[in-house]
Amino acid sequence: MPNPSEPHLAVAMHGIVKRFPGVLANDHISFEVRAGEIHALLGENGAGKTTLMNILYGIYQPDEGIIYVKGKRATIRSPRDAIRLGIGMVHQQYRLVSTHTVAENVVLGLPVSFFFPERAARRWLEEFSQKYGLSVDPNARIWQLSAGEQQRVEIIKALCRGADILILDEPTSMLTPGEIDELLGIIRRMAAEGHTIIFITHKLDEVFAISERVTVLRQGKVVATLETAQTDKTSLARLMVGRDVIFRLEKKPAQPGEVVLRVEALHVLDDRRLPAVKGVSLTVSAGEILGIAGVAGNGQRELVEALVGLRKSQRGRVFLKGQEVTNQPPRALIEQGVCYIPGERAMGLAPGLSVAENLILKDYCQEPFARGAFLDYAVINAHANRLVDQYSVTTPSPATPVKLLSGGNIQRVILARETCQSPTLLIAAYPTSGLDVGATEYIRQLILQQRDQGTAVLLVSEDLEEILQLSDRIAVMFEGEIMGILPAHQADLGTIGMMMAGAQRIPMSEAA
Amino acid sequence: MNNWPHFRLEKRLTVPPWLEFLTLAVSLLLALVAIAVLFRVLGVNPIVAYQRIFRGAFGSLYGLSETIVKAIPLMMCGIGLSLAFRARVYNIGAEGQLLVGAICATGLALSRPDWPSWALRPAMFLVGFIGGALWALIPALLKARFRVDETLSSLMMVYIASELVNYLVYGPWKGAKEMGFPYTDKFSPSAQLPRLLNTRIHYPTLILALVLAVLAYVLIQRTKWGFEIRVTGENPEAARYAGMNYFKTVLLVMLLSGGMAGLAGVGEVAGIHYRLRYPQGISPGYGFTAIIVTWLARLNPLLVIISALLLGGLLVGGDAIQVALGLPVATIYIFNGVILLFVLGSDLFTHYKIRLEWRRER
Repeated sequence: MPNPSEPHLAVAMHGIVKRFPGVLANDHISFEVRAGEIHALLGENGAGKTTLMNILYGIYQPDEGIIYVKGKRATIRSPRDAIRLGIGMVHQQYRLVSTHTVAENVVLGLPVSFFFPERAARRWLEEFSQKYGLSVDPNARIWQLSAGEQQRVEIIKALCRGADILILDEPTSMLTPGEIDELLGIIRRMAAEGHTIIFITHKLDEVFAISERVTVLRQGKVVATLETAQTDKTSLARLMVGRDVIFRLEKKPAQPGEVVLRVEALHVLDDRRLPAVKGVSLTVSAGEILGIAGVAGNGQRELVEALVGLRKSQRGRVFLKGQEVTNQPPRALIEQGVCYIPGERAMGLAPGLSVAENLILKDYCQEPFARGAFLDYAVINAHANRLVDQYSVTTPSPATPVKLLSGGNIQRVILARETCQSPTLLIAAYPTSGLDVGATEYIRQLILQQRDQGTAVLLVSEDLEEILQLSDRIAVMFEGEIMGILPAHQADLGTIGMMMAGAQRIPMSEAA
Repeated sequence: MNNWPHFRLEKRLTVPPWLEFLTLAVSLLLALVAIAVLFRVLGVNPIVAYQRIFRGAFGSLYGLSETIVKAIPLMMCGIGLSLAFRARVYNIGAEGQLLVGAICATGLALSRPDWPSWALRPAMFLVGFIGGALWALIPALLKARFRVDETLSSLMMVYIASELVNYLVYGPWKGAKEMGFPYTDKFSPSAQLPRLLNTRIHYPTLILALVLAVLAYVLIQRTKWGFEIRVTGENPEAARYAGMNYFKTVLLVMLLSGGMAGLAGVGEVAGIHYRLRYPQGISPGYGFTAIIVTWLARLNPLLVIISALLLGGLLVGGDAIQVALGLPVATIYIFNGVILLFVLGSDLFTHYKIRLEWRRER
């Protein structure tokens, strides 16, 4: 066993254990990163990658285990300690003050001169721009920047604080393919300058594109640490998931029926009142799944919210089974059989109310759950017992507050509620994000089942694999527009990737 | 090498009822200890002070009856507030809504003195409810339509209501037979509520409050509207997602809590004073104390009955030590504030486990 205090190791974590209520997030993890290397930390959502890195960055304290940084034993009680040790972290959600300028964000909290502190920032920005290609306009306000530019600001912030060990938590998740290439270039240049990079990801391609070594986590344990050059995609996938991955799901050919949803040239604004959906037209028929691919933040959320009545559209029309439903309120759409699995799970739940009550969140005002003004809890509980069984929700009882369930079970509660009455139109936004393989497979099968029962399904996902597995037709969204709609059997990753980046457009006429 | 203790918080998955009760009891006890220090500083033996308070509030039939008298408006306001707070609508203006309820009832009593009591008394409660509800409607509309923070706007409405009462009792409604005091004329007998024996307990208001507590409990736990209120309070986004009307829910809880505060005001003018007086004469801050009552009761309308009696007792006991020990009026407000602080703070202990660890440093 190598000596953990060897100086050529930038980071050595040994026997790290971290428990959360009901979960063992890190189970005796040992993790070593050599100085100056790009080390990928690979694992599925929930494998414990982010927890481990949050421990290294001082956000969590480990229950057990020891940490060495640059050969010295370290107690990292807070991010401040981590920064002092030269560790920087770029989180998945950026932590920037959106109304302030880039320069102001960079110097925030730094001991620079009291007056005009952003002057120092300008100097740094100049330097990093030349050295690593990290160019951002110091005077721009954060909200004006793209996700990729905001990420650069975060990296610059870490560098200004003297970070030579940089943790990037799923840095590509919000970026377009072009921005990803730029980021990978920046990372390579930083590594060449002697920085150590820990790159958290669940995407196999990125591991091969950037890393020298890779550590695979599964269910809180380290499965393997390998030289990237000496492994391949299939074996990494097997290590990550714990079994052979079926890249195609059993799927019968679709039997599309009548058109259920027709959207004509829809325009929707985002929260900042800027155009987010720009003239989207599409149709979804009964018994088919239309997948909408695209990097998050290209108008998918606004489109979906307009379709379920949570956001007003500016122009354009929406038809449900031939009836115009443009800008009808959520209640009216719910009653016409529009069901919605929201992208942010929290939106679909009242966390402190019981599983049973959450299962009738939408139907509470209808027979048989309501009799006149009163709720009939006998019926509500019976309904809950039935759905808990049918959808295999693991819960101590239907009376348990839903916030106590795990992510996968919470999603099952939402799915049970949204699919139990055979909806006319099912809109599923990022239905498997953050879930483990088991739950993911179950949910994908359920969505296919809905399709086979004649439901029209609109699936929004960032996960191309999911889109390819489930969809019968694939629409690609970029900057609020549909770049084209392809039948799934004609779709290849290259074309879709180009369309996601806005580099290719397929005329609408042939698809609609 | 040195060791030092280090606290860590861990979220509890479930909160057993005994724990909730225990933290509540301990927090009340600690509040009493903190106030004891204050008594000491004021040069009063805290044990004597507490004895006086307890004996004043519960130690005699008279004290007990006065405790109930003070608990009536606290209950009435607290029941309404428990509905609003459940929806996470923070109506802080019950005091103003109470005063407007009192104004409306007074207006009717003074203008229709000849109505028979069976018509006049219910009609006074009705207009009092409507008045309080309308006063709450203003912040409710501002919140639902323009997202104005209701804590601020409802609080500001208190001062307007208070000045309105002042204007009326010093101005147009100033009584002809009141020798220059800022009072209206005394109500006709048919506008006066009956009292229990020779106490000041105006029992029709008390019965109304008890009935409303049960109704409010049923409303929140067993009806569609209660469900909407609870979902809205848990997660307004989810309420919108489920097709609930946020506007309607905010309006409903504001109208109900305002209206019930208005009923409390009716009880005070028709059951205690038989006239409208300057605002501090009508209510020594019942509407504000009711916030503590509601929180002590964990937003449960049935428990409001108990916590209202507790704080009612505190008000009576406070009067007793004021007289007996020569303490300033403000003592009792400090008392209330300290209790609220400890009760709110105790939430931490119900929802988190606290672990003491010895951290080793090398």
